[in-house]
Formats: sequence, C-alpha cells, structure tokens
Amino acid sequence: MDWQALSLSIKLSFVTLLFLLPIGVFLGRWLAYRQFWGKSLLQTLLALPLVLPPTVLGYYLLVVFSPQDGLGLWLLNTFGTSLIFNFQGLVLASIIFNLPFAIHPMQRAFAGIPREVREAASCCGMKPALVLWRIELPLAWPGIISAMVMCFAHTLGEFGIVLMIGGNIPNETQTIAISIYDRVQSFDNQAAAIMSFSLLLFSMLTISFTYWLSARSEQIYD
Amino acid sequence: MTDTAIHIRLEQTTPIPLSVNLECKAGELLALVGPSGSGKTTVLRAIAGLYQAQNATIICQGEVWQESEHKLFLACYQRHVGLVFQNYALFPHMTVLENVCQAVTHLPKQQRQTYALELLKKVHLEGLEKRYPKKLSGGQQQRVAVARALARQPKVLLLDEPFSAVDQVTRRKLYRELLELRQSLAIPMILVTHDLDESTLLADRIALLHKGEVLQTGSPELVAAHPISATVARLMDQQNLFSAQVVSHDPAKQKTLLRWRDMQIEAAYQPQFPINEPVCWMIQSANILLHRRDRVSNGDKENPLHGEIVEYMESRGLAHIRVQIDQQRETSLAIHVPLHVAKRNSLSLHEKISISLLSEGIHLMTYQALHRSS
Repeated sequence: MDWQALSLSIKLSFVTLLFLLPIGVFLGRWLAYRQFWGKSLLQTLLALPLVLPPTVLGYYLLVVFSPQDGLGLWLLNTFGTSLIFNFQGLVLASIIFNLPFAIHPMQRAFAGIPREVREAASCCGMKPALVLWRIELPLAWPGIISAMVMCFAHTLGEFGIVLMIGGNIPNETQTIAISIYDRVQSFDNQAAAIMSFSLLLFSMLTISFTYWLSARSEQIYD
Repeated sequence: MTDTAIHIRLEQTTPIPLSVNLECKAGELLALVGPSGSGKTTVLRAIAGLYQAQNATIICQGEVWQESEHKLFLACYQRHVGLVFQNYALFPHMTVLENVCQAVTHLPKQQRQTYALELLKKVHLEGLEKRYPKKLSGGQQQRVAVARALARQPKVLLLDEPFSAVDQVTRRKLYRELLELRQSLAIPMILVTHDLDESTLLADRIALLHKGEVLQTGSPELVAAHPISATVARLMDQQNLFSAQVVSHDPAKQKTLLRWRDMQIEAAYQPQFPINEPVCWMIQSANILLHRRDRVSNGDKENPLHGEIVEYMESRGLAHIRVQIDQQRETSLAIHVPLHVAKRNSLSLHEKISISLLSEGIHLMTYQALHRSS
C-alpha cells in the first residue's frame, strides 16, 4: 500500500471539498431559484466535465495554465506561481472536474424545497440569510452531503486529469490512482490489488451512503 | 385616531394585468373571490411583499409597505403579515411548536415559547406540540399554519384558500373555528377563495376579481342580488340571467315593464334603463315562487309563468329544478326548493308547474351578449 499516495489523495479530496462546498451551495441555489438569460448555456458548461474525457479537460487546463503564455504567464509574473505539475494545480483541476458532481445534486436539493415553504419563512420575519440557515440548508442537507461524498470519492479515484496537469511526482502530485497504474506498470500486482480493492470498497460505501441519504430526503416530504 | 385599515392599490398591465383598489378595515374579513387565474393569489402575494406590482400603493395601519412613486418597497420579512398558504407550507423538519416559534422572534426570548404555546391552545392543538407536520391531519396542519401566522402578531392576516385541501366535514369545523377566532382579532383579514358559499359564510364583504380587475365589492348578499353587470352575475354563479327589452316605466306603481321573448315581465322600478333599449336581467332562485297545486295564493298573480320541469336533482335536502317556460332552452329558470316542498307538490321530471317571479327580485343590468355554455 502506497500510504504517501493515499494520504495525498485524501488531502486533495478534502481541500477540493473545502472549495466546492460554498461554490456548490451558492451556484446550486442560484440555478435552482433564479431564471436568467444564458442559464441553459451556463448549465451546459457546468455539465461538460460529465461527458468530456478527463484527459481532454486536463489538456485544456494544461494549455490555459501553461507558464509560457496567457493566463499561466500572467500568474507567474503577478504571483510568481504556476498551476502546472504541483498540488495547487491538482486542486484547481479537481474543483473544475467535480463541479457538476457538486452542483447538480445541490441544485436538485434546493429546487425540491417548495417555494411556499421559503416564502413562509420570510413571512415569519426571517431575513434571506436566516431562511438559508434555518430552512433551506436543513432541508437540502441530504443533497449537499451526498454531493460532497460523491466529489470526495470522485477525486480520490480520478486519474486522467490528474496525470495531465499534475504529472506523476511522488509526494507532490502522485495520487493513489496514479500509484496503482505505476505498480501495474512495474508488475507489483499485489500492491495494485490491495489499493484497487480499497478504492472499490470505498466507492461502494459512498454509493450506499448517498442512496441512503436520498431515501431519507424523500421521507421528509412524505 | 390612527388608521387601522389596509389600503391596497395595484395597477399594471404586464405580465399579469392588475387593476385593484381595495380597503379592508380592522376586524373586517374581506374575501377576494373569482375564478381560477383571476389574480386573487397575486393580489395576496403583493400585500405580503412576495410579489412586486409595477405601480402600487400598500398602506397598512398607517405604515407604508409599498409606494411605487417613491420606489419604496418593504420586503416580506419587514412587513408584519400573517399568511396561511393553500398547502400550509409548514417547515417539515420542525415540530409543531418549533414551526410556531419561528414567527415569534420579535418577542423577548423568555416569552417566545409561552406565547407559541398560548396560540397552539387557541387553535386547539394542545398535546401535539412535539409532532412533526407529516404526522398531522390536514385540519391540524391548517391550525398550525394559522397559529404560525398569528404568532408574528401581524398587522394583516392573509388566508390563501386555506380550506381547499381538507375534506368537507373538516372544512365545516374549520369554518366555525375561524368565525370564532376572528372575534378576537382586531386586524384586517383577507381571504382568497373561489368558493362563493365559503365567502358568503365567512366574509363581511367580498371583492370580485376577474382578469386581475376588481369588478365589484360589497356584502356577499348585495353582490349576489345586485351585480353591476352580467359578467359579475355570471361570476357569482347566477343561473337565471337573461336579456330583455324595456317596455315602460311606471313611477306610480314603482314598476318597470320588460318584454322577455313574447312575455311581459314586471320588474322593480329601475328608470335608469331607457325605454325600448335591450337590458340584461336576473332573478335569484329565492325570489321565484312555486305555485301550490292545491290552492291559489296572492303571490301567484305576480309575473305568473307556466312550464315543464326539464331537470330535477336532489341533494342535501334541496331539490334543484330547471323549469322550461316556452319550449326554449334559453328560457329555462333554475329553482332550488326544500325537498319537503318538492315532495308535497309531487315535483318530478316532465311535470307541468307554475311559478311566479317576484318583481322586487328582478334586477336589471346594462345589456351585454350572453353566451351560454350549456
């Protein structure tokens, strides 16, 4: 078992969640309640990582953040940093490819709260922030938790995009999925089997958990 | 003296046309009545601050809630409104007590629970404080919604079809409770309903809405008996609505003579309608007298008509009869008589009967083409 790679993957997953939680709540709620020009286009863009091969997404990120020119060059000149082949780059890539996994379930969860329930909260004298805190978040939390669990599992197992933008630098960008690939390449089948089985077990647990949460969420409105 | 009423003026043409000018006094129950899509709920939402009409003035108990001219608009949470939603909109993740407590945050902390419990007692929900909404019956849920609306100590109580989601037996019980409750409320109350019987039973005044416009306001009895137009009469479910021509006015007898098809009908004196001009006229079933078959009475001489029963239905102690006067569907009159009267007079389908139209009950309106749906 490559503990270094596993701990890096877990760290990457947690840091990604830290960013995705507020982004998902904000965008999910916004898309659930607001109608605006270009909403369909925005939703299409946000859903792209669902269908785009991770290597393609990784390639574009590599192009965009390449320190040779454009945005990458600007980042280098302004902040003296690059987002290629380092942990920060992996976090950014993970946030982008997890966007639909975070936003869609949260959007559905917020959309599932009847409009009258939110309005009733306003009639009770609650300001919008309080309506979010006392009414919307408690009612949407199964969707939010399920989104977070899915993102965590997804980040833990992501391969293509991580390899493209992070490369394969041990203790810096080598995640568990890349480590498995490495072990197979070097005929260390036993290590690959243990790590693969751990990921399989974890994936099964997360999916069971999300199903349980969605069943619980349905019960609320029975 | 402070103004305790609510004044509502809403004007807009798009996206939903609205032309509303209403006032509801403290302690008064005003019913907004009208068919589906007439804009009743939109008016209620505008009062609550959940909908912003383009050109509006809403002043409640002297407090300006909206004044479009000065771009003033108080959000819903800034207005003290109690709103009972059609499906109650209870917070499903909170108990009954927690639901009510959400609306008492304007009170000091130590008083909140006591006040919420008091309200739950008032709406007969003692012992159910720890239940979740999904474990309550429809009637109980409605009572929680009413308690929560009152918990805010509102300046106006808004009720959006609050009885539509319960069965008839529960509804009757809730009607009694609302009538009892309103005795203790010194705030304006506005009820949205499409049920005319409900508005007649509960409201002091009704405002009839059609396509976003208030067509008439007044006591339910007044609007039903004296609609200002055939449209109002039809919306008030007036079944005996016809067109005729004014023949003459007799100030001495205080009568107006009408020609209805080939018959002469005497109506109450209404000289504002010019002679020889077409008019619409209506009569409520209560002003149609059924002639007893065994003996003649004085009332029988007033606009006597003879016809055949073409429809006969019995329901809840009443016989609903349609009498066709001269073989024409257009001249059939709807009458509702107590079942015992129908039995005593052996009324049944295809029986020939005689009726009298009480002239005082014949109400004239400006002519407009009548389209019959059946």
